[in-house]
Amino acid sequence: MVLTKPTTLDAAEFNEEGFLVDPQTWTPELGEAIAKREGITMTDRHWVVINFARNEYETNGEPPTLRHITKATDVTTKEIYSLFPGGPAKVACKIAGLGKPTGCI
Amino acid sequence: MKTLLILGGGTAGTMTANKLSRQLNPNEWRVIVADREPRHFYQPGFLFIPFGIYAPHDVVRPKRRLISKGVEVIFADIEQILPKANRVQIADGQTIPYDILVIATGCEIRPDQIEGLMNSGWRENVFDFYTLEGASALNRFLEGWQGGRLVLNVAEMPIKCPVAPLEFLFLADWYFRQHGMRNKVELVYATPLSGAFTKPQASAALGELLEQKGIHMETDFNINEVDGAKQAIRSWDGRELNYDLLVSIPTNMGAEFIEHSGTGDELNFVSTDKNTLQSKGYPNVWVIGDAGNMPASKAGSVAHFMLDTLVENIERQIKGQSPEPSFDGHTNCFIETGFDRGVMIDFNYDVEPLRGQYPLPKLGPFSLLKESLVNHIGKLSFKWIYWNILLPGRPMPVSNQLSLTGKNKLNFQLRRKKE
Repeated sequence: MVLTKPTTLDAAEFNEEGFLVDPQTWTPELGEAIAKREGITMTDRHWVVINFARNEYETNGEPPTLRHITKATDVTTKEIYSLFPGGPAKVACKIAGLGKPTGCI
Repeated sequence: MKTLLILGGGTAGTMTANKLSRQLNPNEWRVIVADREPRHFYQPGFLFIPFGIYAPHDVVRPKRRLISKGVEVIFADIEQILPKANRVQIADGQTIPYDILVIATGCEIRPDQIEGLMNSGWRENVFDFYTLEGASALNRFLEGWQGGRLVLNVAEMPIKCPVAPLEFLFLADWYFRQHGMRNKVELVYATPLSGAFTKPQASAALGELLEQKGIHMETDFNINEVDGAKQAIRSWDGRELNYDLLVSIPTNMGAEFIEHSGTGDELNFVSTDKNTLQSKGYPNVWVIGDAGNMPASKAGSVAHFMLDTLVENIERQIKGQSPEPSFDGHTNCFIETGFDRGVMIDFNYDVEPLRGQYPLPKLGPFSLLKESLVNHIGKLSFKWIYWNILLPGRPMPVSNQLSLTGKNKLNFQLRRKKE
C-alpha cells in the first residue's frame, strides 16, 4: 500500500508505454520528472495545459481532448504542438499522469 | 396524453420509434419523431459507392415509410432543446412539448472545420465519402482517373464507423488491381492514431493487412491545413504529404442545435451516462447512437445494441424505477478487405477485439479478426438485415451483451494468405 505519493520516477509505477498506472498517485513534482524524461522543461504555459487536464480528469474522469483544451484555455493548437512536441495529447497526458487519451474508439 | 419525442429519424431514431411505439400504451403515450431530412440513408453503403459496387438508389429510402404508422413524423429543422421547460423549438418558432425526450441526431462530417479543405479542389480532386454527394462525386472521379498518389486522411477522432477508412483503402487496392492500374497508384493512409486502429490487437492485425496490400501508413498525423494550390496536406508537427487525390474524413460533430441547447461537449456530443444512456444533465432526456459522448464506436451496430437498454430504462422511468446500467459498449462490425473477403470484429468498453467465432462459439459462421468469404457475405447481407430487421427494431439472433465464449486471446495475428 502506498502511503505517500511518489515525487520521483523511481517511486512511481508506469505501464509499458510510459503512462502512470494510477492517476491518483500523481504529484506536480512527479509531473516535472516525467516531463524531464520526455525531454521537456516545464514552463508556466506547459502548466496551463497540465493543470487544465488534471482538473478535467478530476471533474469528469476522462482526460480532455486537444480540441477541448484549445477551446477552454488561451493555448492555441499551434502552441500546444510547440510545447509538447511529438504529439501533445499523448505527451501531455503522460506528464499529467493520466492514461493514454481515448478520444477515439 | 403524454409525449415521447425522438429527435432524429436515422438508424437509432427509427429503431427507437418503432420499438417504443410497440411497447408503450397508445392510449397513454404518443410517439413523435422530428427530423430535418425526409430521406433515410443506409450509411454503411456509402463506402461501396465510389467503387461502383452500390448505386445511390441502393442506399436511399423515404424515412416516413420506415417508421411505424402509429408514430407521428415531423420534418423540420430543430433549433434548440429547452430542457428546463421540457420543450423543443423547431423551425418557424414552433415548440413541441415532451414528457420524455430521446436525442438520436447522430453526427455528421464538418469539412468547414479543416483549414483549406473546401478552398480549392473540393469535389474536384478532394472528396469525402461520408455523404451521398461526396461518395457519388468520387465515383465519377475514379472512373476517369489515370492514377497517382491517393492520400486518405482521417482528420480527428472520433469518427463514425472507425473502420470505414481502412475498408476504403482495402477496396481501393482491389479496385485498382481489377482495373489493371495498381502499379500507377500509390495508397497512403494518414491517421491521427498511432496505428491502424484504436484497439491494440485489431490494430496489429489490420496494420499487417495494410502492409500486405502495399498501403503506406503515416501515423500520428494531426492535420493542420490543406494546401489546395500545392496539393498537399500539412500536420501540426510540420510534416507535408503531397496528393493527386485527397480522400478526407473530416471532423465529425454532433448536431449544431446541441451547442445552442448547452447540452454538449466541444464536438456537440451530448454528455451521457455510458451504461444507462441517460443524459447527465436531465433525467427525462435520453441519448442513443452517435449523438452521445459514450466512449463506444459510433456505428449502427452499437445503436442497435443500445436499443434494449434504452427502451428498458425508459419503461422503468415511466414506472418510477431507477435505470439499469446494462449497456456494456458492445460493438461489432464487418470490415471489407477486398477480393470478396471480410474480417469481423466484436468488442465492448472493457474487452478489445479478439479472435474466435461469432455469434456461436466454434461454429461461427463468422470468423473474428480473420479474413473469410463468409464475413464478406455477412457484410453484403447486412443491407437486407438493416432494412428488414434492424430498423423495424425486431430482435436479432445475437445477444446485445458481449460474450467471451469461443474467443481466443492468443494467436491473434492474421494468418498470411498462402501464396
